[in-house]
Amino acid sequence: MTVPLAACGGQGDDGPPTINFYNPPIENMQHVIDECNAAAGGRYEIVYRVLPRGADDQRVQLVRRLAAEDDSMDVLGLDVTWTQEFAGANWIREWTGADAAEVRDGTLPGPLESATYEDKLYAAPNNTNVQLLWYRTDLVPNPPATWDEMIAQAQQLKSQRRPYQVITMGAQYEGLVVFYNTLVASAGGNILSEDGRTAVLDDGAVRALDLLRRFATAGVTSPSFTNALEDPARLEFQGGNAAFQLNWPYVYPAMQEAAPDLARNVRWARYPAVDANTPSRVTIGGTNLAVSAYSRYPAESFEAARCIRNAEHQKYAAINDGVPPTIESVYDAPEMAEAYPMKDVILEELRDASVRPLSPAYQNISTVMSATLSPPGDIDPQRTAEQLREEIQDALESKGVLP
Amino acid sequence: MLCAPAAFVMVAVTAYPILYSVWLSLQRFDLKFPDEREFVGLDNYVTVLTNGYWWTAFGVTMLITVITVAIELVLGMGLALIMHRTLVGRGLVRTAALIPYGIVTVVAAFSWRYAWTPDTGYLANLITPDGAPLTERAGSLAIIIVAEIWKTTPFMALLLMAGLALVPEELLRAASMDGATWWQRFTKVMLPVMKPAILVALLFRTLDAFRVFDNIYVLTAGANETSSVSMIAYNNLLRGLNLGIGSTMSVLIFLAVAVIAFVFVKLFGTAAPGASDDGRR
Repeated sequence: MTVPLAACGGQGDDGPPTINFYNPPIENMQHVIDECNAAAGGRYEIVYRVLPRGADDQRVQLVRRLAAEDDSMDVLGLDVTWTQEFAGANWIREWTGADAAEVRDGTLPGPLESATYEDKLYAAPNNTNVQLLWYRTDLVPNPPATWDEMIAQAQQLKSQRRPYQVITMGAQYEGLVVFYNTLVASAGGNILSEDGRTAVLDDGAVRALDLLRRFATAGVTSPSFTNALEDPARLEFQGGNAAFQLNWPYVYPAMQEAAPDLARNVRWARYPAVDANTPSRVTIGGTNLAVSAYSRYPAESFEAARCIRNAEHQKYAAINDGVPPTIESVYDAPEMAEAYPMKDVILEELRDASVRPLSPAYQNISTVMSATLSPPGDIDPQRTAEQLREEIQDALESKGVLP
Repeated sequence: MLCAPAAFVMVAVTAYPILYSVWLSLQRFDLKFPDEREFVGLDNYVTVLTNGYWWTAFGVTMLITVITVAIELVLGMGLALIMHRTLVGRGLVRTAALIPYGIVTVVAAFSWRYAWTPDTGYLANLITPDGAPLTERAGSLAIIIVAEIWKTTPFMALLLMAGLALVPEELLRAASMDGATWWQRFTKVMLPVMKPAILVALLFRTLDAFRVFDNIYVLTAGANETSSVSMIAYNNLLRGLNLGIGSTMSVLIFLAVAVIAFVFVKLFGTAAPGASDDGRR
């Protein structure tokens, strides 16, 4: 009985312990792992276990196995929005001592906040991401600084019968929640209370609802706004009818390949603000590395995670896989300029980025938010805020029902 | 005493999970908040039964159940008559008719999804050149219903064909000698004799249809208010990690299935296969 079990567990009698690293599929990840294995000098061996491509499928696999106390998972690559949930469920270990100090050192505040639960560090930010404003210099000489300016510019272009649309993601899904969260943070508002236990939806959140409705009804969106996801939005911008696009940095290399004529005229700027005097606070994406509570080799797992996300490997991943680093100093590396011509704006946004509501119930909060905010044209700020407050509070108290 | 081992196995594999779900449904038990687990009585039932999403899903489930079972009965009867009367290549006809039922539902559902996806799908381009039916509610529901009917009509036909075999040939010939038309022979002779088989087929299919999950999971994943009760229970249990609410939904589905079975057996007199015609053993 013992022999086959030991074989499954990966620790042979002679070999070093296997650290199973469960992460979403990333093309050049194996190179980083090979380097970390070489650095470990035979004390442990990291094996890359590739999760499914879809975020929901990734989460369901991890959650199911963790709920069953599966001890064959060691290092987990988590979407930033799952960290609180996994920490709340006691599925991942707290980072302490020297491990935590190394992670905190030089890591950007936004990503670090996303890895923190109840003031304790539960993960190491591996990569991050923010959306930028992309605009066409042949139509717009100066990028708008605020939403009101952008809507006015688009309306003016429309009256001149030139391409005018503002393209962004408005379908009923996570992208709409990210959009709204950025507006709330930019307006200085809050969705949850400081401790994450109460739904507040203060004045800033109501102003964000009002702006979302105004934008959706100003006649400057594309006809498919309420159905648009990231990639269809990118394709629509490449179609040439739009003047602005709010989207992740990946649209830039994609555009140069697919629409080089258009790409020549496309520039980037900071995501528009709500108030002229307060810069926008953009919602971050990205992944964090956590160590499973059921791992049999926690010490080696923390070490492996630190190696995977160290500055050198973040630089490698940024240049080869296009994922922005979470360690600030990496942006100064000379090779970064070519891979990320827009790196200064990305870094500027990351320095005061916002995170999505930090709560173990985020998945449920996000589901009810996307349902309530959709379609944005039907928002009635006060009433919608009231509805959001009720449904989010229910989700926090485990009373919410997911559609 | 001799049945003790069988009884033990039944309790272990059937009764225990059901009772455990009932126990979970009486608690606030959310894997995300393990420290806040507590006994809440019937609160979860109040939450679910006063929730709009649940009743939308219930309505969708009823709609799918009623429409698919009704259409399957008619189509299945037609198919059964054809298979029963086929003289040439009988085996081939029966095998061909059963192919949809032999294909794994998820695989078939994927092929339906691709068929209805604009640009890549032959059906989307043929029937709705400008639209994407799987992104709207009515279109999605219609496609789910069609996929369900396509998949299980052969099963219905198979059960009905077994019923057709019960109709004595002499009875039909006697009726025909008395001048009964085909329709009269069908409604006055065949249907009454087949009634037990028809009711069993309807019972099986209704219970099955009420638990519809895989077609919806693949085709829409419950978007645009197309969740069935099984789908919404899955979302709350496995995606939402809310064992209390999810178990409550499972118990409610169990009760609904029990009610359907009760109605069929007690009111319509559906007999279990092997029992006598009047529904009593």
